[in-house]
Amino acid sequence: MTTSILPGLIRRFEAELLKDWVREQRTAVTLRSDLLPDAELERQSAQFLAALQAGLEAEAFGEISDPGWERARGFLEDVARSRGRQGFTPSETATFLFSLKQPVFKLLQRELEGNPAALVGELWEITVLVDRRGLFTGGRALIGREVMITRLQAELLERSTPVVKLWDRILALPLIGTLDSSRTQVVMESLLQAIVDTGSSVAIIDITGVPTVDTLVAQHLMKTVAAARLMGAECVISGIRPAIAQSMVHLGVSFTDIVTKATLADAIRHAFARTGVSVGRAAAV
Amino acid sequence: MERIPILRMGRLLLVTIQVDMHDRLALALQDDLTARIVKDGARGVLIDISSLDIVDSFIGRMLDTIASMSRMLGAETVVVGMRPAVAITMVELGLSLKGVRTALDVEKGMEILRNRP
Repeated sequence: MTTSILPGLIRRFEAELLKDWVREQRTAVTLRSDLLPDAELERQSAQFLAALQAGLEAEAFGEISDPGWERARGFLEDVARSRGRQGFTPSETATFLFSLKQPVFKLLQRELEGNPAALVGELWEITVLVDRRGLFTGGRALIGREVMITRLQAELLERSTPVVKLWDRILALPLIGTLDSSRTQVVMESLLQAIVDTGSSVAIIDITGVPTVDTLVAQHLMKTVAAARLMGAECVISGIRPAIAQSMVHLGVSFTDIVTKATLADAIRHAFARTGVSVGRAAAV
Repeated sequence: MERIPILRMGRLLLVTIQVDMHDRLALALQDDLTARIVKDGARGVLIDISSLDIVDSFIGRMLDTIASMSRMLGAETVVVGMRPAVAITMVELGLSLKGVRTALDVEKGMEILRNRP
């Protein structure tokens, strides 16, 4: 493998190769000049060529995980991350590398014109090499995207559970959207923490915005209520729509030892009664 | 052997658990508490677990048992200051302490016991 003439070729014809490669990328269907300016494209291409040359000289045609390819690996990870953020698809990012093949092939063809056996060998080596790096870059781009999705999910989870202080020692938790196990966990924790922080004795869980309540959701709700009770706070569930009340009873979940109210207003009235607050109508101004 | 102190306040008994509960300590507390309820003629028992951050199923069940025993001896039990994480664990363990009254802190627990008919 060390007999490859490629490292030498790249060093000798670096400028030419770079020009060809950049031209190749500009004519490719996956060019996104709207996302990446020409100057940046040229800079990235030049950087990778330099890293490729360094890698070839250190480890020849090794795996990308070999120490000699450290620089190329780091560079490709950066490119995958930055392009992912700019809105490139993983395949567009990988094409950045695949488009290097044609200029290299052309160069090899010219240099090894009278030696078909050597040409085939070199072509195979460089194909494998570029393919592996292209796949690596594509994979990295996907990983970057997944990390972003996970972060967004976590953020959504945090923001979707606001605990509101309604009155002195009365909390409300308006739930909106489908409840699943992980979300209920967050809801439960933030409600219990808020109970401790505010010293509240009544907490109202309003499920007006929860589209469907099945046995699993009901179980989650009952767990939350039980945990709040263990801490010394009473929970009221409000906002149960007629359809939900019907389906709950059919499912055999009747919330017998939990206070439930049809509307948030009823729940607030109940909470006032429990905490000894009386509200009356003053003369209209 | 170390024991959990039981303080008397009028006709109330105050138990503050400040060390990690292990099973033997819990059983000793059961013995001591029932004896004190009878001796002092207590009407209420307040168990403060606000500094307890680990509760297993044994301790959870013990709280339930203590409440039942006290009720039998004519005293009501209030467990106060349970931490959120502990409450979640108890519920996951299926221990909802149905027969035990709970309060957020010692002050509110006292209020419940004083207002008892």
